[in-house]
Amino acid sequence: MRNKGNILVRIDWLMVLLYFALVLIGWMSIYSASYVENSTLDMLSQPHGRQQVFIVLSIFLIILILSIEAKFYERFSSVIYLVSLLSLVGLFVFGKTISGATSWYSFGGFSVQPSEFAKFATALALAKFLSDTQTDIKLLNHLIKIFIIIFLPALIIIPQPDPGSALVYAAFFFVLYREGLSPIYLLLGFSAATLFVLTLVLDPLIISLICTVLAVLLFFKNRKKKPSKLLYSFVLVCCIGLSFSVNYIFENVFEQRHRDRFNIVLGKEVDTKGIGYNTAQSEIAIGNGGWTGKGWLQGTQTKGGFVPEQHTDYIFSTVGEEWGFLGSSFVVFLFVALLLRILHRAELQKSTFARVYGYSVAAIIFFHFLINIAMVMGVFPTVGIPLPFFSYGGSGLWGFTVLLFIFIKLDANRINEW
Amino acid sequence: MRKALLYLLVIITGFLFIGRLFYLQIFDDSFKHQSESNAYKRMRIYPERGHIYDRNQNLLVANQPSYDLMVIPRNVKPFDSLVLCDLLDINKEDLIKRLNKARHYSPRLPSPVVAQLSKIEYASLQEKIRKFKGFYIQKRSSRDYQTNIGANVLGYIAEVTPQQVKKNPYYQSGDLYGKSGVEKSYEKELRGVKGVKYIQKDKFNRDIGSYKNGVLDTLPKNGSDITITIDAVLQEYGEQLMVNKRGGIIAIEPSTGEILSLVSAPSYNPSMLVGRKRSKNFTKLYLDSIAKPLFDRSLQGQYAPGSPFKLMNALIGLEEGVINENTRVTCRHGLHYGARKPFGCHCPFGASNDLNKAIFASCNAYFGKTYLNILNKYSTASIGVQEWSEHVKSFGLGNYLHNDLSVGNKGRIPDSAYYNGRYGYNRLRSTYIISNSIGQGEVETTPIQLANMTAAIANRGYYYTPHIVKDIKGQKLSDKFTTKRVTTISPQHFDPVIQGMYDVYEKPGGTGYYARINGIDICGKTGTSEVYGVIDGVRTQLDDHSIFVAFAPKDDPKIAIAVFVEHGFWGSRWAAPMASLMIEKYLKGTISRKDLEVKMLDGSLQHVYDSFISGEPFEINRKRPR
Repeated sequence: MRNKGNILVRIDWLMVLLYFALVLIGWMSIYSASYVENSTLDMLSQPHGRQQVFIVLSIFLIILILSIEAKFYERFSSVIYLVSLLSLVGLFVFGKTISGATSWYSFGGFSVQPSEFAKFATALALAKFLSDTQTDIKLLNHLIKIFIIIFLPALIIIPQPDPGSALVYAAFFFVLYREGLSPIYLLLGFSAATLFVLTLVLDPLIISLICTVLAVLLFFKNRKKKPSKLLYSFVLVCCIGLSFSVNYIFENVFEQRHRDRFNIVLGKEVDTKGIGYNTAQSEIAIGNGGWTGKGWLQGTQTKGGFVPEQHTDYIFSTVGEEWGFLGSSFVVFLFVALLLRILHRAELQKSTFARVYGYSVAAIIFFHFLINIAMVMGVFPTVGIPLPFFSYGGSGLWGFTVLLFIFIKLDANRINEW
Repeated sequence: MRKALLYLLVIITGFLFIGRLFYLQIFDDSFKHQSESNAYKRMRIYPERGHIYDRNQNLLVANQPSYDLMVIPRNVKPFDSLVLCDLLDINKEDLIKRLNKARHYSPRLPSPVVAQLSKIEYASLQEKIRKFKGFYIQKRSSRDYQTNIGANVLGYIAEVTPQQVKKNPYYQSGDLYGKSGVEKSYEKELRGVKGVKYIQKDKFNRDIGSYKNGVLDTLPKNGSDITITIDAVLQEYGEQLMVNKRGGIIAIEPSTGEILSLVSAPSYNPSMLVGRKRSKNFTKLYLDSIAKPLFDRSLQGQYAPGSPFKLMNALIGLEEGVINENTRVTCRHGLHYGARKPFGCHCPFGASNDLNKAIFASCNAYFGKTYLNILNKYSTASIGVQEWSEHVKSFGLGNYLHNDLSVGNKGRIPDSAYYNGRYGYNRLRSTYIISNSIGQGEVETTPIQLANMTAAIANRGYYYTPHIVKDIKGQKLSDKFTTKRVTTISPQHFDPVIQGMYDVYEKPGGTGYYARINGIDICGKTGTSEVYGVIDGVRTQLDDHSIFVAFAPKDDPKIAIAVFVEHGFWGSRWAAPMASLMIEKYLKGTISRKDLEVKMLDGSLQHVYDSFISGEPFEINRKRPR
């Protein structure tokens, strides 16, 4: 048994430091975005006051996570995963609806969002499955099992409806690729995404034409390698089919608000008052920062409450306005540093379980970071996912805290493994 | 490669984000401007407008709070509209219309429902306002007149016009500015300097506190108080005298050029242009094209000066050496020149008048002769008339006085250029324009010019530009008003003329004999100026204007005055007694001749003015039917 002093020496303090830096800057931004001058409300009825409580509680959570035996996470990963699935399914019966999504359990005045905790559970389950020496990612039936592990929670989350949270599960593709998944899948995913966006901009007929021309050119370039005509035809037909079906889905399955969000980002529609209001105000807030920003609590966009959801999903716009280019670049730098550190530590792991888990942590945080900030800066459609460690919300903060600190625990444990 | 992918993506994402941040925050500053218009508003803080005092420090114009009933439509709860309508004295349809207008403007922002409530309306509304949710009362400042006189002098303030806003960046739509009178002339001093306050707004455009804790805010600077030269007591007395008459009374202190009273009749009560009834009242005054209460007759009225102008010709005659005080002219019911008789005279036939008598008895023949002699002294009448007009203009006639009154009129003193234009180059003959000698013909003046001329005579050869401002707190009076303007007439020539003016009152046969005051040496000159008008397309002689100029006391002049009563017939009938009453009031404070005072106060010329409309013949035409 290790004593407490040992673990304090062996944990990676850089990650802990980066974590607290982000949480603290996040809290300052929430404070700025939500405080009201001379308010008579008590602390706990205001977001910044509640977030303060969440942060203090997350410190206890960290101590708890670090105190538990590292082996526990590996052994009980399946149980944790199943409990998590059950809690997601339970939402259909006991869930509470907040702003249109039935994603919450309510205990008194206190709500918990299980989808925030499902991420680390899924990461644990995936790590467990991949660390099994029997598992071969190149085998189709194993791959199907992997996909089931990953996408089962996502499939439960989508109809809540919370497609934003479900989208995050795509991050696991990076993990699978790292662990030997054929690049075809990533390529397919990337091509599909490109086709998807192109279809929204251009007519499917034009897309089909471009695909055909590309296929023919590629075929003739590679003709010495004797390419399979069947494969080329198949891929081409798939592309054209995808383009048309995307067009169909976009026009007939999507709701107008979804179409609007895409159209705003693609510049097909300009509307800063109605549907594009969020994005426009967020861009204005960030643009208002200039080099050094307006100063803490001095942001006029922030104080005036012009940016909707500013203390949650749009929290980064507060950083942009009040701390300017230097401050927001610094926050971007902190995230990049944390992600690189996690990746670096993950690669150093001797056990597959810890490595896969670490990689999952990096991928999940990266995905949130990518989508959230891109959305706030107006280059990605509005998708409701929080900025890790930053956005207001107990579940979000704790979910990411658990996610990160289990890895820190596993990392600290790696020297005297087995 | 598999290990590097996520590393690379993370790093690339970091750079892309920083690039995007650079674009939003540094490169493209359109976002910044949008934020500025989004997030705060500039509010003007109005300074208090300066007060206006008369020369004896009596407060004439102050400020009073006025109350606007405001509404924020969103906050309105169902209320008893009957009670509110009753309090506001409007009907229900009107109230609904106003509320709809407010809602249309903005449901969240305040709009006025009824502006400028009186104190009484405010008091009763204040008690019940709590019952009307969404309504509140906003205090503003408006003019409070402590007097009901001097409307033409004090002027009024009004909302700036869009043109004014365009011309002067100080003003913004909705500001008030001085539109006439002292309010206009001293607008800059009275208005002070506006302050600015930046208010932080929220997404609903509501105020949420001061912007940047007020570092950009500036305090307003209150307007300066102004003391004007008007003597409120004299002004009020003059206005009372002019009740039911039209014309003007101007009194000037000769030693300073300060205007003691500036009466224009008919006038109006300045308080009419304040408060809820302002626009109704203004329209009424504006549309009265017959009495023209907004037309300042004492400043803008251009009339033939009549006999007082003979004083000018006497002075010029003396200066040019064509007469001296002993020069005699025989009057044969007028001036005979060759075979013609340009105009008649009321002197007994064959009277041999010297200068003194010619002035106090106002002999037309004497001045006709003198005028011809002045013009004929030069090789051509053209040169003569030019010399003559130079002299006249040195008394401030024929020109704007360039004073601090918001309106004015040049009048007309013809010179050679004028007559060259009229008769052709050098074709002028002195006899053509002989009417100028007695203040008829082409000569036209405003009452204030006549008063100033009298002041220059009283001073024996100089005047100060008549002005209305006596003191602006903390500011030196413009030297425009403290510079002596010297006339072209030598001082010694004034004495015989002044003696003649003195005898107007003192000698039997003097035209002002019946208006003399015991104990005050008044020098004056009556005038009866012929006036023609076109009524129903026919040129008709109208009743003469009654004119009088005077100053007193003779040796230490304290007041110079010009009285002008439209269609008052003889100068001695209205203008002369009024002038003497004004002088007595000013110098003694009380009136000894009560009978005369009553006659003047109660006298009315309304029936004459009505003749314009009714078609009744004028008195002058009844007497001398043609």
